Amino acid sequence: MSIVQFVHLGGFQMIDKRKGMVLITLVLTIILFACGKNEEKSGTTNGNAATISISGSTSVGPLAEKLAEKYKEKNNVNIEINQIGSSAGITNAVNGVSEIGMSSRDLKEEEKASLQETVIAYDGIVVVTHPSNHVKNLTITQVKDIFTGKITNWKEVGGDDLEIVVVSREDGSGSRDAFQEIVGYSSGELVRNSIIASGNGNIKTTVATNKHAVGFISFEYIDESINTVSINGVEATAENVLRQKYSLSRPFLFVHKEENLSDEGKKFIDFILSSEGQKIVRETGAIPVKM
Amino acid sequence: MSTLPVKREKSNKRKYFMEKLSGKVFLFCALLSVISLLLIIGFVFFKGSKPFIGEGYSIVDFLFGNDWVPSENQFGIFPMIVASIYATIGALIIGVPVGLFTAIFLAEIAPKSIAKIISPAVQLLAGIPSVLYGVFGLAVIVPFLQNQLGLIKGQSLIAVILVLAIMMLPTVVTVAETAIRAVPKSYREGSLALGASQIGTIFKVVVPSAKSGIMTAVVLGMGRAIGETMAVILVAGNSLIIPTSLTDSIRPLTTNIALEMGYAFGTHQEMLFATGIVLFSFILLLNFVLARISSKGGN
Repeated sequence: MSIVQFVHLGGFQMIDKRKGMVLITLVLTIILFACGKNEEKSGTTNGNAATISISGSTSVGPLAEKLAEKYKEKNNVNIEINQIGSSAGITNAVNGVSEIGMSSRDLKEEEKASLQETVIAYDGIVVVTHPSNHVKNLTITQVKDIFTGKITNWKEVGGDDLEIVVVSREDGSGSRDAFQEIVGYSSGELVRNSIIASGNGNIKTTVATNKHAVGFISFEYIDESINTVSINGVEATAENVLRQKYSLSRPFLFVHKEENLSDEGKKFIDFILSSEGQKIVRETGAIPVKM
Repeated sequence: MSTLPVKREKSNKRKYFMEKLSGKVFLFCALLSVISLLLIIGFVFFKGSKPFIGEGYSIVDFLFGNDWVPSENQFGIFPMIVASIYATIGALIIGVPVGLFTAIFLAEIAPKSIAKIISPAVQLLAGIPSVLYGVFGLAVIVPFLQNQLGLIKGQSLIAVILVLAIMMLPTVVTVAETAIRAVPKSYREGSLALGASQIGTIFKVVVPSAKSGIMTAVVLGMGRAIGETMAVILVAGNSLIIPTSLTDSIRPLTTNIALEMGYAFGTHQEMLFATGIVLFSFILLLNFVLARISSKGGN
C-alpha cells in the first residue's frame, strides 16, 4: 500500500483518533526522558588518554572545572571532576578512590599525616555596610552575634542608634557556606527576618541602598558603593589574606597521596601554579597564590 | 481518449493528499501545547513526589512546617504559602478596584479621544517584561518605603503588593472592559429611560450584568499575581518568616524556587519541585474556579 493510498483511505483515521493522540504524546514523553537520561551519562571522554580523577569541595569545583577546561585544550588527558564536598573529597584522596581531592577548608592533623596539600588559590569574604555607617571594625564574635540576631542595633557595636538589617545569600550558596563555617553559625541559626538576596551583586545593591544593612560579599565585588569592615582589626585585602592575617578567608586546596599521584596529575597541578593557571584563578574571582 | 479522466483523477488525488496532510500538520501544532503541558506536569510531579515516596519525608511537615533550612534537611513551606496568599490578596485589594474603575471609565464614560490614549497604554503595560517591574520596584518603591515611610527595609510585603497590583492591571482592565462592552445597549437605555443617573446605571445595571466577565478578570489577575516570580524576587526580601505585618519581608512560593534552584541538588532540588507542585495546585484551583464562572456565565 503506497503512502498516497494510505492517506487517501483515511490514513491515521484507521487508528482510533484518541488512541493515536495518546500514543504520540507517550512516545514523545519517552523520547524526552530518554534524552535526559543519556545526557547525564555522557561526558567528555577522550579515546585512550589518561584520566585524572578529582573530587571534593563544591566551592573549589567551579574553579577546577575552568582550569581543567583550559588544560584539556592543550593536553590529551581526561579530567573527571566530582563536586561532593570537602570532607568526602579528602576521604576519597586518602582511600585512593580519587587521585586528587579538593578542599575549601584546612586539613585536620590526622589528614595531614597521610596527604600532601597544595594551595591553589585563596577565597576572601568581606563584611559590607552602607557607606554612611561609622562601624569600621568588628570582631568575629560580633559578626556572629549580628548574623544570629543577638546584636540587633548598630549602637551595640559602636555605631549610630539604628536597627540592623541582616542580608544573606541563599541556602546552598558556596559563599554562604564558607562565611557561616568561618564565623561559626549554622543556617538554622541565621536571624529569621534577614533579607535573602541571590548573588554577590544583589547583596551589594541591597546594602548600598539601606543604611541599616549588613551583608557579606566576595573580594572581587568590593567598590565605592559599600563600606568594607575590618575583622579583628585586620583590613580585608588580598595581601592580608596571603599573609594569613585576615580571618574571613580560606584556602582552596588540592590534596593527594604521594604514591597515588600520576605524572599527568602532577603536570596538572604544576599548570595550576603556573602564571597561566593563576591568571585563570584571578579571572574566576579567587585570590591567586602568587600576587 | 482516456487521458483526460486519468489526469483529473491524478490531480484530485493530489488535492486530497494535500488536504489530509495539512490537516495533520495543524493537528500536530495543536497537540504541541497539550504535549508540553503533560511533559511539564509529568516532570514536576515526578521530581517533586520523590522525597515523599522514596525518602520518607512527610507531606504534612512539608506543607505545615515553619522551618526551611535545606542544609539541615528541614523543608517546611508554610511561611511561603502564607506569603503567597497574603501577597495575592493584597494585590487584589488594590488592583481590582483600580482595574475595574479603569475598565468602566474606558467602556462607559471616557470620550473616544481619551480612551484612545489610555487603552494602548494599559495594553503596553502588559507587554513590559516582569523583571523590569522588579527593577522598578527595587529602584523606586523600595527606596520610597525606606526613605519616606521610614521602614528599616523596603523589601516587604507591601512592596510586593504594590508591584503585583500594577502588574495585574492590564489583565483586569482588558477582560473587564470586554465584559462591560458586551452588555446590550438596551439595558442602559432602559435604565436611563427610567430616570437613573449614568453612575447609577453603571453600578446597578451594567456591572451586575457583566458580573461573570468581571469575576473572570479577577481570577485571571489572581493567577498573574500568584505565579509572578522575577518582579517579586527583587522586592520581597525573601525572609523565611510568616508575615505578621505589611512591613515584614516575605518569600512567596515562586521566589523560593527561583532563588535556590541554582545551587540545589539532591533532596533540596526535589523539594523545590515539590514547592512547584503546591504552586501548580493553586493555579489549577484558580482554573477550576474560572471554568465554573464561565459555565455559569453561559446560562
